[in-house]
Amino acid sequence: MHRVLTNEQLSPNVYRLVVEAPRIAQIRKPGQFVIVYLGPGSERIPLTIADGDAEAGTISLVIQAVGKSTFDLVEVQPGESIAGIAGPLGKPTELPESGRVVCVGGGVGTAVILPIAQELARRGVEVTSIIGGRSREWVILEPDLAKCGEVVTCTDDGSYGRPGFVTEALKDAIDAGGIDEIFAVGPVPMMRAVVGLTKPAGVPTTVSLNPIMVDGTGMCGGCRVSIDGETRYACVEGPEFDGFSVDFNELADRLSTYRPFEQAALERRQACKVGLRTDTPDAQPAGTAGGAR
Amino acid sequence: MTADERPNPEERPTLTQKERMKLQRVAMPEQDAAARAVNFGEVNLGLTEELAILEAERCLMCPKPYCIDGCPVRVNIPNFIKLLREGDIKGAAASLSDDNALPCVTGRVCPQESQCEKACLRAKTGQSVAIGYLERYVADWANRHADEIARSPAARTGKSVGIVGSGPAGLTAAGELAKKGHDVTIFEAFHAPGGVLIYGIPEFRLPKDIVKSEVDRLVDAGVKIEANAIIGKTYTLPELRDRFDAVFIAVGAGLPVFMNVPGENYKGVYSANEYLTRVNLMGAWLQDADTPVLHGQRVVVVGGGNVAMDAVRTARRLGAESATIVYRRSRDELPARAEEVHHAEGEGVIFEYLAAPTEVIGDEDRWVTGVRCIRMELGEPDDSGRRRPEPIEGSEFEIPCDMLVVAIGTRSNPLLTQTAPDLEVSKWGYIVTDDHGMTSMPGVFAGGDIVRGAATVILAMGDGKTAAASIDSYLNGVWPPVVEEPPAPAEHKARAKPAPAATVTART
Repeated sequence: MHRVLTNEQLSPNVYRLVVEAPRIAQIRKPGQFVIVYLGPGSERIPLTIADGDAEAGTISLVIQAVGKSTFDLVEVQPGESIAGIAGPLGKPTELPESGRVVCVGGGVGTAVILPIAQELARRGVEVTSIIGGRSREWVILEPDLAKCGEVVTCTDDGSYGRPGFVTEALKDAIDAGGIDEIFAVGPVPMMRAVVGLTKPAGVPTTVSLNPIMVDGTGMCGGCRVSIDGETRYACVEGPEFDGFSVDFNELADRLSTYRPFEQAALERRQACKVGLRTDTPDAQPAGTAGGAR
Repeated sequence: MTADERPNPEERPTLTQKERMKLQRVAMPEQDAAARAVNFGEVNLGLTEELAILEAERCLMCPKPYCIDGCPVRVNIPNFIKLLREGDIKGAAASLSDDNALPCVTGRVCPQESQCEKACLRAKTGQSVAIGYLERYVADWANRHADEIARSPAARTGKSVGIVGSGPAGLTAAGELAKKGHDVTIFEAFHAPGGVLIYGIPEFRLPKDIVKSEVDRLVDAGVKIEANAIIGKTYTLPELRDRFDAVFIAVGAGLPVFMNVPGENYKGVYSANEYLTRVNLMGAWLQDADTPVLHGQRVVVVGGGNVAMDAVRTARRLGAESATIVYRRSRDELPARAEEVHHAEGEGVIFEYLAAPTEVIGDEDRWVTGVRCIRMELGEPDDSGRRRPEPIEGSEFEIPCDMLVVAIGTRSNPLLTQTAPDLEVSKWGYIVTDDHGMTSMPGVFAGGDIVRGAATVILAMGDGKTAAASIDSYLNGVWPPVVEEPPAPAEHKARAKPAPAATVTART
């Protein structure tokens, strides 16, 4: 059992849970994830380890409540427990030792960027984070990323920071030159748009994929993605891949497999509970019904 | 009639061998085919006491019991049958559980027709004794009366063993080692123990309550289980080796093999592992489960092993109007247990023999709409001794479907081995062991599918039992172990050979 120590709302539908997981806190590396199993009858939900404290024996999970399972998870209160957390899973991010890196985070993908930016800063790499949200209230983790370097915050409606999409800010940064590498994590359309800019510019780009998973250990094959036309398992061979090689259309398509089920499950849940807001533009189903990261 | 009301066996006349020979093999009572095709209740209902005693009377008590040689865990079959028919069900239960850590499981899923019952003398002239039915009867009685046969715990040895994986091999080894008084900890990657018994084999063939009670019995015997622990990720093998006096690796062959044909990533295409895990472990067959699974109306399952049968029969139960097996050889070569094939046929499963998929067809939304196949014919025998299927040019045809399950085998998972550079593995990633089940790392043993390639529950259990004996000897400082070498059944010898790249999943 893993006790939840804090549960903090970061945006209208994104929450940060700090949970006890001593072993994982001790050995986790940037880019890795866990599978969270709330309790009997629950889904297994893949979630990136957003942060951790090896001494305190805790990890942070940043969760976007979009489906029944993620709503259940963000309602766990401090003092309550999560039955199982398995990990750390996936390959750690391959990080440079020097140079200049831009980290692009969209929505809850910003939480995946955080441990990468933290480790890069620790190594002395110059980090610029470009993060965004629909409006001010949807921007998450800005203060955490600010500790790692420059942060460019974008809002679609211009209510905060730079008006427009993260890709526009990224384009300016690429045009200005001097970027050695880019890490981009967010909704599939965002990652596709980022690669649309970086590929012609020839700036190496790593993306973190969030396909459907059950076990997270290579056993089910549900997370298969096409990389340069070859089938790979994101859970054990990823979740990070060369952005230039990813078949984003297939990924987006496979993520939609259980959308009708998710909708029905959510409606059943909300019929008996006062629900939270679900009107996010980049909402994707969660857990085994779709990557929650 | 309960066990207590059983007629006094002394009042029953002892039969002559001639009279025993006249007794016909009893039939397993089973759920009606039409009813069971739409529910998840167990298909085989189990023998009544009357039928069990009647069947037990058929055993000739051969002076040389070949049936024992046919059993990978060497259950003393005549002994428990004798006790059963003498009215000593408790003694029968104790005898059985001495030899077999998971008798409720094996009584349900063993391919008896190719093991003990094949070796039964009566099979030569007619029908073998229904050893599997009797095993199940005795094991289920023991399960219901666990408190009556509880044994006193063994003296603690102070030695510890870490077991990786809680499938049939791991559970069997755990049971054997706990019996010897060793301190056993099992590491399981999933949130629930049981391995393939929990995620793979469906409820209608092996009720999950049965598996749970078998696991509970091990826990009661002092076995510790750490769930959500992935060796190779959460802990490395060298760490485990440092922490325990010995380690047994029984992780199975967990990676699904796909067909490598175009269209395989369309929506509606599952590996059998994913489909069965969603339905069984995650409970998607229940109405209110959080984990979804597609309910195909026209389902095609590719493969001819027990896993394929499990998948196709599951699809039927989840409402498929048509559920079709596509298999590249003919009925005679099906690797599945005869009973599974018989049950599937009874439930209306369609068998498309001598056909192999060449492409998965999808619509503009990339949902699967069918599978293109090519007709096969059987040529010369291949390495496995079975006739090699060869495509017939120009014979392509299409089977429409809205869900496709690929059940053509599994291969080794590198998660554990890649963090253990000193562990010798074959070209295909299977762990290499010596005759006693020890790997290239002293004190680290391995068995089950990760050594032999995808095989059956009972062969994995046999490995678990053999390894436990070796480990016990190793912990006692007797190495190499002094073991009575039983005449190994044919399948057992396969262990010496390196496992092939991928093996068709004749799992149980």
